[in-house]
Amino acid sequence: MSRYFQREMETMPVEQIKELQSEKLRIQVKYVYENVAYYRDLMDKKGVKPEDIKGIEDLHKLPMLCKDDLREAYPMGLLATDLKNCVRIHSTSGTTGRRVVAYYTQNDVSLWEDCCARALVAAGASNEDVCHVAYGYGLFTGGFGLNGGSQRLGCLTLPMSSGNTDRQIQFMMDLKSTILCCTPSYAAYIGEVLKEKGYKPEDNHLKAGIFGAEAWTEEMRRDIEKNLGIKAYDIYGLTEISGPGVAYECEEQRGMHINEDHFAVEVIDPETGETLPEGSKGELVFTSLDKEAFPLLRYRTRDICVLSREKCSCGRTFIRMTKPMGRSDDMMIIKGVNVFPSQIETVLINEGYAPNYQIVVDRVNNSDTLDVYVEMKAEDFSDKVKDITVKENKLRSAIKTMLGINPKVHLVAPKSIERSEGKAVRVIDKRKRLGITI
Amino acid sequence: MAIKQLSVFVENKVGSLVTVTDAIASTGVDIRAMSMADTQEFGIIRMIVDDIDSAKEKLTEKGLFLSVTEVVGVAVHDRPGGLDEAVKLLSDNNINIDYLYAFISDSKKYAYVVLRVDDNQAAEKLLSAHGLQLITEDDISKM
Repeated sequence: MSRYFQREMETMPVEQIKELQSEKLRIQVKYVYENVAYYRDLMDKKGVKPEDIKGIEDLHKLPMLCKDDLREAYPMGLLATDLKNCVRIHSTSGTTGRRVVAYYTQNDVSLWEDCCARALVAAGASNEDVCHVAYGYGLFTGGFGLNGGSQRLGCLTLPMSSGNTDRQIQFMMDLKSTILCCTPSYAAYIGEVLKEKGYKPEDNHLKAGIFGAEAWTEEMRRDIEKNLGIKAYDIYGLTEISGPGVAYECEEQRGMHINEDHFAVEVIDPETGETLPEGSKGELVFTSLDKEAFPLLRYRTRDICVLSREKCSCGRTFIRMTKPMGRSDDMMIIKGVNVFPSQIETVLINEGYAPNYQIVVDRVNNSDTLDVYVEMKAEDFSDKVKDITVKENKLRSAIKTMLGINPKVHLVAPKSIERSEGKAVRVIDKRKRLGITI
Repeated sequence: MAIKQLSVFVENKVGSLVTVTDAIASTGVDIRAMSMADTQEFGIIRMIVDDIDSAKEKLTEKGLFLSVTEVVGVAVHDRPGGLDEAVKLLSDNNINIDYLYAFISDSKKYAYVVLRVDDNQAAEKLLSAHGLQLITEDDISKM
């Protein structure tokens, strides 16, 4: 079993990575300038010509793209090639606004699948594994991405898609799945159902899981690892840049290695747009280096993280990013305080609850309200109202300690909060529906 | 000695109670006594039934969230002051009652009180030492 999928790239000395990036960037910028009118206008407005970009150190000279640009250019404004050269599309869920559609040529798909295969190998997979893909298949990139990576690596691939948990478990047991790929919330759910059916963690054949597409905490990782008896790996990606596999964890699990031969990364100050030195906390910005159908230069992800070039004992030389500390999309401002759902999740797990919760934010009499609905554990329910209110109060004060604002906590019956088998709907912000500016 | 009580957690909204009563009706289990605690958001239905295992199985199958607790059942004289006698006894001996509910049967002579206290054994000992008759699960099924 090899430790790398593409050793030459994954362990390339940093200087060489920079050279490779410079060479690819020059070509990509010229290609985009010639083929994407929308971006050419942005460059012209900024007074930047393709020949001004001599190497990766000139990246900051290029204009940035944000999600609004992608929405404005919908559906084909950022497409860089003829549709006849494209073989597939994927699309974002559109939960935060208009959908974004990304296009892929055959080469784009191959490049992306290589990235996913690297992630699988980094999680310990080889062609002897049975890879159980329970991400949704369809417009969402999760299912097809990991499916492609798994096939490329030569694993037996189970295209389960999400949902129908009983069938997932039957296949998992009968076909001895060894690698599970899905969202962390679905992994947690599968763990819960396995337990309910009387399976112990050692009864399944899983050894590792690759979980991404939504925010999850270290506490949730430990929970999943314990319930499924596996090592859980994080994977990062976004439809705009390709899909899962832009970055992934190795066995060290100290950040995710970014596939720098295909994507150049920067961290910027989200307020000023200024590029920050390595090690600073800021917004991730990606530049595709060799995409054909949907190349994006300096795309702002809204994900807040820190990059590190520190040497990794796994031997990979690619820069590492921390788990996003929050997506600016996820961040809520409640009573003037910045709140991330992951903070509330951390409290719940510390207090012994499963991460099955929903956050409802509203504005009543000109004041923000925060309601947290949490599922009780079966053993927590007695016959006394007092016992429940005591538990609610304990949780309320723990959340207040973490956030500084007072939530209303509602304990509800187990399994009464809708389980999403794709992405979890953790937050309902009713203020947005009312058209209130937050 | 204590009797088993079935408690069901329900949301405080239309139809929650029907789900429970419907499930129990379908099993042919008889509800001997019940009470309901309500808050703005949820309620706890507490019941004494003649066949707790069947009721529990059916309710669980329906996806309801429940627990079984032991409570004290005591027969008091069905006349003015009957309940007072029992409650006073517990109060004088510093036994706190979380809640109680009562029911009568055909006999007319006694009313039956279901008591939820912290220490069942102490309450039972005290009540029977003062001549009050405790009721058992057997009594319930024969009522």
